[in-house]
Amino acid sequence: MSDLIRLTAADLSAKLAAGEVSSVEATQAHLDRIAAVDTEVHAFLHVSDHALEVAADIDRRRAAGEQLGELAGVPLAIKDVLVTTDMPSTSGSKILEGFLSPYDATVVARSRAAGLVPLGKTNMDEFAMGSSTEHSAYGPTHNPWDLDRIPGGSGGGSAAAVAAFEAPIALGSDTGGSIRQPAHVTGTVGVKPTYGGVSRFGAIALASSLDQVGPVSRTVLDSALLHDVIAGHDPHDATSLTDAWPSFAAAAREGATGEVLKGLKVGVIRELPDSGFQAGVSASFRESLALLEAQGAEIVEISAPHFEYGVAAYYLILPAEASSNLAKFDSVRFGLRVDVPGGTVEDVMARSRDIGFGDEVKRRIILGTYALSAGYYDAYYGSAQKVRTLIQRDFDTAFAQVDVIATPSAPTTAFRLGEKLDDPLQMYLNDVTTIPVNLAGVPGISIPSGRRHPVHRATARGCPPLPRRCGARGTARGFVGWSAA
Amino acid sequence: MRHLGVLARIQLDDHEVERLTGQLSAIVDNIAKVSEVATPDVPATSHPVPLQNVYRPDVVGEMLTVEQVLQNAPDATEDRFKVTAILGEEQ
Repeated sequence: MSDLIRLTAADLSAKLAAGEVSSVEATQAHLDRIAAVDTEVHAFLHVSDHALEVAADIDRRRAAGEQLGELAGVPLAIKDVLVTTDMPSTSGSKILEGFLSPYDATVVARSRAAGLVPLGKTNMDEFAMGSSTEHSAYGPTHNPWDLDRIPGGSGGGSAAAVAAFEAPIALGSDTGGSIRQPAHVTGTVGVKPTYGGVSRFGAIALASSLDQVGPVSRTVLDSALLHDVIAGHDPHDATSLTDAWPSFAAAAREGATGEVLKGLKVGVIRELPDSGFQAGVSASFRESLALLEAQGAEIVEISAPHFEYGVAAYYLILPAEASSNLAKFDSVRFGLRVDVPGGTVEDVMARSRDIGFGDEVKRRIILGTYALSAGYYDAYYGSAQKVRTLIQRDFDTAFAQVDVIATPSAPTTAFRLGEKLDDPLQMYLNDVTTIPVNLAGVPGISIPSGRRHPVHRATARGCPPLPRRCGARGTARGFVGWSAA
Repeated sequence: MRHLGVLARIQLDDHEVERLTGQLSAIVDNIAKVSEVATPDVPATSHPVPLQNVYRPDVVGEMLTVEQVLQNAPDATEDRFKVTAILGEEQ
């Protein structure tokens, strides 16, 4: 295995800038790695056939003396939920097989402008619905640490690609944990940015009030560098915040000195049950807290009594929004059309959607249709929206007392492929600690904490303070603190 | 369940109706607990960021060409999307 693929994005970019290595060499090394391991890992749905040309162009521009971004020439994997003009975008669904977008997602356009080299599109649960990638219409991704186990989901492809050294960094999307839970089970870093901090334009929508695009990497600094590339206001996204973001990379580098942990108040949720959490996860989490304390952080017990209703609220809000968002797959403008001889356009629509959508997608569309239907709307969707308010208040109260909140990122380590496939409810409970973060719109990060067994890695997660006023500072500070840990 | 399938424009077969009915009742039993704490005094939140009336200047921006718009269409003719008949013969 080439040493080039072992480098972090930060180290690779330093070598590129110093002329010690070319982008073509780095890109070729990752393409070779993909060719060597991806038949087993299956992190990629599509590998770019012109990555080397893009890399060569970056090398030429650098040689000509052009000032390039810090990550210029670094290869990047892109979750298939993000549309790209030069590669198919399917969101893991048969209904979009072969779809070629006429425009790039904003995060993709910004990555290209920064000189990153797209390697390919990564596998995911269909329309980002799932925690294992087993709901991909193109077959599951396997956890590189143990091929019999799940890589998490929905962004299992991006996490596995980074964990298997097929890419140094990747883009993901997180609606209820789809960046952070895969990071948790693959020993990588995953960030769900503040809602509105990163453009959703060109991210095929699952639940628009929860979705957020973010970075996937092997180190906190690499995620921070990629966040610096993709974050910031985008007029194409009406929910995009106009706030200017400070450099997260600068904050991460400052945090690596360790000083910033002194006096940092880390909240631990009193109501988080011990039951349901694998013993190794709880133990590793406690070790992480002890490490934080040893470096000067103060552990503060906080109360978040409504978090336990988060999963229930989420599985009403998400299906409701998804059933509406996925109505656009009507077999008219794009996507699969299955003809029904003698049938009306509605027959064709219903048949195409039955053939084109997988089981989990149909399950959630039907659930969302039910939650929004007359007579049930107030009891289900209306109540879920109230729970959302209560969870936001829990965060407000907590952040009046602490700087960050830490929880295990998921209740268990990587489970076996097939283990929870027939029990959707068990699959949904994977996201018990990540979901409240999406409901409130605050940022979250999942970072590795235990390494005693390759698969059994527990992870701590920091949720920096609410971002509306103090957020820019708070968010950077969250990165800083955890980076040092 | 069949009615929900009609509302969602998904033609479910008998096997799917049976399986989904069982799974959804288990899921709904679990998520119905939101009503325990959703008292009348709590306002609803639909969105994490309370932005309102996001406008942009009324100027022509970059637009897709007709070819780009139609490039993924299952069927197209004369610069238009082509669909199956939307009206029955008697109409």
